[in-house]
Amino acid sequence: MINMINLTINNIPVSVEEGTTIIEAARRLSIRIPSLCNHDDLCVSGNCRVCVVEQVGNPTLQAACATPVRENMQILTNSMMVMQARKTIIELLLSEHNADCTKCYKNGNCELQDLSNEYRIGNQVYIDLIPLKHYTIDQSSPSLIKDDSKCIRCQRCVRTCSDLQAVSALSAAYKGSEMKISSFYDRPMHEVICTNCGQCINRCPTGALTERNYIDEVWDAIYDPGKHVVVQTAPAVRVALGEELGYDPGARVTGKLVTALRRLGFDSVLDTDFTADLTIMEEGTELLTRLKKVLVDKDTSMALPMFTSCSPGWIKFIEHTFPDLLPHLSTCKSPQQMFGALAKTYYAQKKGINPKDIVSVSIMPCTAKKFEATRPEMRDSGYQDVDYVLTTRELAIMIKQAGIEFMKLDDEDYDRFMGESSGAGVIFGATGGVMEAALRTAYEIVTGREVPFQNLNITPVRGMEGIKEAEVKIENVKPDWSFLEGVTLRVAIAHGLANAKRLMTAIRDGKVVYHFIEIMACPGGCLGGGGQPIPTNLEIRKKRAEAIYAEDENLPIRKSHENPEIIQIYQEFLGEPLSHTSHELLHTHYVPRKRY
Amino acid sequence: MTGKKQNDMETKKLTRVDYIFRPDNTCLDTLKKSLRRDRDEIILELIDSGLKGRGGAGFLTGLKWKLAKEAAGDVKYVICNADEGEPGTFKDREILDRVPRRVFTGMALCGYVIGSKEGFLYLRAEYKFLAPKLMSIMAEMNQEFKKLGLDFTLNIRYGSGAYVCGEETALIDSMEGRRGEPRNKPPFPVTEGYLNKPTVVNNVETFVNCTIIMGIGAEEYKRFGTDSSRGFKLFSVSGDCSKEGIYELELGMLLSDFVEEFGDGDTKAVQVGGASGFCVPRKKFNQTIIGFEGIPTGGSMKIFNSSRSMYHVLHNYLEFFEEESCGQCTPCRVGCQQLLKGIEAVKSKQRSSSYLDELVKLAKVMKVASKCGLGQSVGNAFVSIVDNFREEIIY
Amino acid sequence: MANTEMLVKELADKYGRNRESLLPILQELIDERRYVNDETMINVARELDLSAAEVYGTASFYSFIETEEVGKYVIRLCKTIVCDMKGKENVLQAIENTLKIKVGQTTADKKFTLKTTNCLGWCHKGPAMLINDEVYTELTPGKAIDIIESYINK
Ligand SMILES: Cc1cc2nc3c(=O)[nH]c(=O)nc-3n(C[C@H](O)[C@H](O)[C@H](O)COP(=O)(O)O)c2cc1C
Ligand code: SF4
Ligand code: SF4
Ligand code: SF4
Ligand code: SF4
Ligand code: FES
Ligand code: FES
Repeated sequence: MINMINLTINNIPVSVEEGTTIIEAARRLSIRIPSLCNHDDLCVSGNCRVCVVEQVGNPTLQAACATPVRENMQILTNSMMVMQARKTIIELLLSEHNADCTKCYKNGNCELQDLSNEYRIGNQVYIDLIPLKHYTIDQSSPSLIKDDSKCIRCQRCVRTCSDLQAVSALSAAYKGSEMKISSFYDRPMHEVICTNCGQCINRCPTGALTERNYIDEVWDAIYDPGKHVVVQTAPAVRVALGEELGYDPGARVTGKLVTALRRLGFDSVLDTDFTADLTIMEEGTELLTRLKKVLVDKDTSMALPMFTSCSPGWIKFIEHTFPDLLPHLSTCKSPQQMFGALAKTYYAQKKGINPKDIVSVSIMPCTAKKFEATRPEMRDSGYQDVDYVLTTRELAIMIKQAGIEFMKLDDEDYDRFMGESSGAGVIFGATGGVMEAALRTAYEIVTGREVPFQNLNITPVRGMEGIKEAEVKIENVKPDWSFLEGVTLRVAIAHGLANAKRLMTAIRDGKVVYHFIEIMACPGGCLGGGGQPIPTNLEIRKKRAEAIYAEDENLPIRKSHENPEIIQIYQEFLGEPLSHTSHELLHTHYVPRKRY
Repeated sequence: MTGKKQNDMETKKLTRVDYIFRPDNTCLDTLKKSLRRDRDEIILELIDSGLKGRGGAGFLTGLKWKLAKEAAGDVKYVICNADEGEPGTFKDREILDRVPRRVFTGMALCGYVIGSKEGFLYLRAEYKFLAPKLMSIMAEMNQEFKKLGLDFTLNIRYGSGAYVCGEETALIDSMEGRRGEPRNKPPFPVTEGYLNKPTVVNNVETFVNCTIIMGIGAEEYKRFGTDSSRGFKLFSVSGDCSKEGIYELELGMLLSDFVEEFGDGDTKAVQVGGASGFCVPRKKFNQTIIGFEGIPTGGSMKIFNSSRSMYHVLHNYLEFFEEESCGQCTPCRVGCQQLLKGIEAVKSKQRSSSYLDELVKLAKVMKVASKCGLGQSVGNAFVSIVDNFREEIIY
Repeated sequence: MANTEMLVKELADKYGRNRESLLPILQELIDERRYVNDETMINVARELDLSAAEVYGTASFYSFIETEEVGKYVIRLCKTIVCDMKGKENVLQAIENTLKIKVGQTTADKKFTLKTTNCLGWCHKGPAMLINDEVYTELTPGKAIDIIESYINK
């Protein structure tokens, strides 16, 4: 039985479950207590102290985020003592902060700025400590920028990187006035084990961690009359972009997204979903081939389970952390990179454009894709396959810069070719989506029938649980696949690298046996990616997931192998899955990296 | 905590006693005797004795043991806090050097009472020279415990130069291999301490007192001190003083008596309780009781004569805190820097003297809003020095 | 240095591979090596299955765990108030002049590093200093120079 605790907050009685913190109890009464270090996704720290409240009778203030309610507590959230402390704390933070808001990338979406705005922090009371510090800005990473002069040391990034991602590329270092957030030995971020996932960026309340933005470069390309600028949009962007532009979480803005991109001046507006479908063709075939080699040919060089490879944060993670498991990775490039390689080959040929004049831009929910685009393996077209990667947030900035009234736009459709997609391609954006898409196709290839789930919705692989498992029994197969008759295909899905690490450890220790595993670096999958709108929390991610599945349901084609453009590209260009051309353009290899 | 003596408050004459440093070879007899007693009875006797923690915070020791005993769990720990980092405190070193058995006996008693099988001495790095001797005595005691049928083993862990690790939850972090960043309380260590198991953390001298109380009984012990401050206490006396050193005195004396005994005749102020304690100016000596009803102290008494600049003293303290703050929470990390830079700015006339009032306000916010005792007590020294020696800070 | 790897492995065997072993291991490494460099920390991280940044973040918190190269003898002179009142500044100058280095520096022969530290718990006998784990109290400039010289000749 749950114990209820009675207390008053600002003299209003409230009854909440035992274990509730003061800040949560206040929320029930629609009383917002300001907070900085606290984040719904993270464990409690209680270090910023802006949430302090008065407990009548207690001479010291209590951190509302860290203090559980107790019977008969009387809490005041706005007493004189509280107000003075709160204001002083914000002033202190600003005195240690390079508060040049007008020139800051986070201007307009910054929790510290909001707080100082709310409390009308005027002329600085305290001494400006900035000139006394030797802050550095680390711009070494292609994905993110770490600017210590904007850091308020709330350690959200540290907790994100350790608790959610099990990477711990960042730690608090030193103590006292020297305390700072640091990589190992303060090495440049591109030299350390950072996966570029950007989860820390999503949770940093200030401008201390931001994506490395390529907005100006993309504008320059658009303005260059000699360039043909193609843009691809990842599945998760269309269910999140709206949040930056006036919509509530969960809004589907696909059509407006396309219109806006056209208005920005992109020459061709295409869809990563197309290469998501292509990924399914390649990866599904690869899985079946691996199964055959292992089950029939008893080929021990083939590793099972096979892991998906479309999340570049996950790729860098496994390269650092489980290099011995690299043979398990599918050799398929991510949809972004498949698209990039095709844009400067297939697309260029069909359009009769010299690939050197093509600038390939992608709009991604992901910061790791920025890094991925720069990998030396990603130049199979003979050029850098993807030139610039913009996050959902950067695109929103461009849309605002261009004065586009997004909410008033009409819906338009993607250009053809490489703009058509199936619902299977769309659900790539949610955790479990790649698995679901792959099963829809692979099952049908093998049995000639649709997956035995109502309305094609493979619900066991959906949802926000950290690690999910499912089984599909394969029966009455086509003659080519007789070796799979009666086999129960066992699959697992993990999202967030901490879950991935748990799953990998279990696999390495031989504790679990699967055939196929989907891993996404980010909580919730790409829809919770490091380049998505800020803030993020479970509720928002669930809304985005609902939107993704709604988008899928509403598409006429729900299976990758039925996408007519996919059928066409195999006829015209690739031949068949895993063909020579496919291997050349759509597959890649991985490099073991040092964990330390 | 004004440190002012209330009219009707009981005080004690300055009286030297000698319990703590008596030879410690009878301790095992005390332990043997106690092991035959009921655990709750021991707790009751400790509570009855009125013993409060000697590490500074002054929590009732018997009650702490009771909470740990009642906490759910099979695995529990006893930790002796020998991090003694408070400037001007050196009594724990002397105890460990001269009567370590008395400490270890206290820890074993605690282990017996709360049901813990493992105890740790957390020794500050600066005292590492004591380690060889302490380890051999520990080994010897561990054998004795076995002979007595007590399943309790003593171990040693070291600090590595961080004052804040004297704070009990930071100490636990440090023992767990982490940065010594104090935790949110609740939960308190008695329910979730080392490795999240119920843990008693007591000061070195506190354990010694427990051993003494088991030896002489609460009745005898209660004869010393006042209602709020039972017993006697070691004082680490230093500064402008005719006889610096360690003294065992009954609690509840007036600071004026203390100064008469130890001062050099020209005492201008006494800093009671180290850098995190209070500065008492001459005019308040005869209104200030040393004890939990007045100014509680971990035992540090630093005496300043009229040749000393109180600006210099305060500056030194603030440098100390600015460096030794763990740095996690805003009021303390930034507040310490602002207080330090602030008095420098006032001194150098870059800021007007009224800025001191802003700083006093800041110090008061630090007191109520910081996460742990370190940040909460920076204001003690700051406000008491600025209030009493404002001119010295400005000019 | 395969040497470091071996040493760290030995220490991990001795203290265990839990996070609780981190400080004991770092402390013994300090005893052996006087400081932990990047290679050492990487080895510790690997043995304890921590990230290197976590080891660095923890090590740098503690002022006695040196993460930059220091000399064979680390001198830590107390700078807190009582020692300060008793003439720590003159002692410091005497040491600086003798070793021809400033606070924070290491002598060219890598023999001495000079640091200041907070209260050593010898206030009644200040000024006090540590040389590695050894304590010296009631220092005067002359006495300090004698002590340093005895180490120079060691
Ligand atoms: C910054 C700070 C430093 C402390 N240092 C010590 C210390 O060195 N020794 C100690 O016994 N207690 C110290 N304490 C108090 C401990 O947190 C804790 O209250 C004490 O060890 C409990 O033991 P006691 O009840 O026996 O006093 C410190 C507290 C703070 C806030
Ligand atoms: S981080 Fe926020 S408060 Fe700081 S400069 Fe940028 S916008 Fe302003
Ligand atoms: S980088 Fe951002 S999240 Fe990390 S501590 Fe600084 S302000 Fe907080
Ligand atoms: S980008 Fe990801 S891996 Fe890199 S520091 Fe941030 S959370 Fe950690
Ligand atoms: S008050 Fe100071 S020492 Fe305590 S938690 Fe805050 S920053 Fe750390
Ligand atoms: S939000 Fe509660 S302390 Fe930071
Ligand atoms: S002040 Fe130097 S030892 Fe205490």
